Amino acid sequence: MNVFAALFPHGISELFNWKGGPFNDTIFEINKTAVMAFVSTLVCVFIFVWGTRKKALVPTGVQNVAEMGYEFVEQQIAVPTIGDHHGAGKKWTPFLAVMFFYIFFVNIWSTFPGVQFPATSRIAIPMFLSLVVWLVYVGAGFKAQGPWYMIKTCAPSGVPKAILPVVFVIELFSKFIVRPFSLTVRLFANMVAGHVLLSVFAIMTAELVYKHRSGAYQIPLGILPFAGLVAFTGFELLVALLQAYIFAMLTGVFIGDSLSAEH
Amino acid sequence: MHNLLTLAAVNGDIQQGLANVGYGLAAIGPGIGIGYLVGQSVQAMARQPEMAGQVRTTMFLGIAFTEALALIGFVLKFI
Repeated sequence: MNVFAALFPHGISELFNWKGGPFNDTIFEINKTAVMAFVSTLVCVFIFVWGTRKKALVPTGVQNVAEMGYEFVEQQIAVPTIGDHHGAGKKWTPFLAVMFFYIFFVNIWSTFPGVQFPATSRIAIPMFLSLVVWLVYVGAGFKAQGPWYMIKTCAPSGVPKAILPVVFVIELFSKFIVRPFSLTVRLFANMVAGHVLLSVFAIMTAELVYKHRSGAYQIPLGILPFAGLVAFTGFELLVALLQAYIFAMLTGVFIGDSLSAEH
Repeated sequence: MHNLLTLAAVNGDIQQGLANVGYGLAAIGPGIGIGYLVGQSVQAMARQPEMAGQVRTTMFLGIAFTEALALIGFVLKFI
């Protein structure tokens, strides 16, 4: 029994398990996944520290990227989901922007030439991010609605008294257990599926072009899986962006739900 | 003993196969759901282009929730 898909079955584990460098087989093990997570963090820090260094009136280069990205998160994710009541959407934009950019840069490795492995396809990273989101929206709920937040939010107003216990249990389960679980699984499974898909096309191409076990006539056939590989690499770029967008947007929805008492 | 080992191996194969069939079954519902959802969203956007932004945001949210079911079926293979 392999809880939470931390390990992969034998055939697929070849694609996802990397040997650690220093501190192998301890919890401080540094392998490819960990290095990619650190590098993604550095890229995020670089964009926002370097981009906001000069604060030119007419932005150029990195400042342009930083400002456009932040504005995208604010206008497309934070304000529509959290709302602009007392500037709540703008107040929460930094957190959502961190989530969006970090997940985007970790995901985008799946199509980066030479690396081609999304670090989010090991469940530790999406699970940790979901735990952070869980703590933040529960904390925001306690801060906004007082110590009875968990009971208040699970007993919505306007529900008949007879079915209130059932609704309470369902709401408790869906708000505090299903939400972080589905956030984790959505990001993790999307990246795993994408990586497996690209690997399958790459292996097919290699088999047909380099091995061509049943004759040289197989070499021109390699163009078909290669075309699939190119097409799905483009598709993976879209998925990397879309998953970061969806993760940030769901985070915004959960926080907005915690902040408003009526729902 | 040898028979037992063979039986265990066959059992493992069957379990892997069942996991694949389970994924296929788990993909039916979300497939129908996402198709219907996106179709209705396109219709809404075509009828009221001024609401397109809001419809698109809600559509992505709905896709995310629907898609989760298929992905849970996918992850069951690893568990």
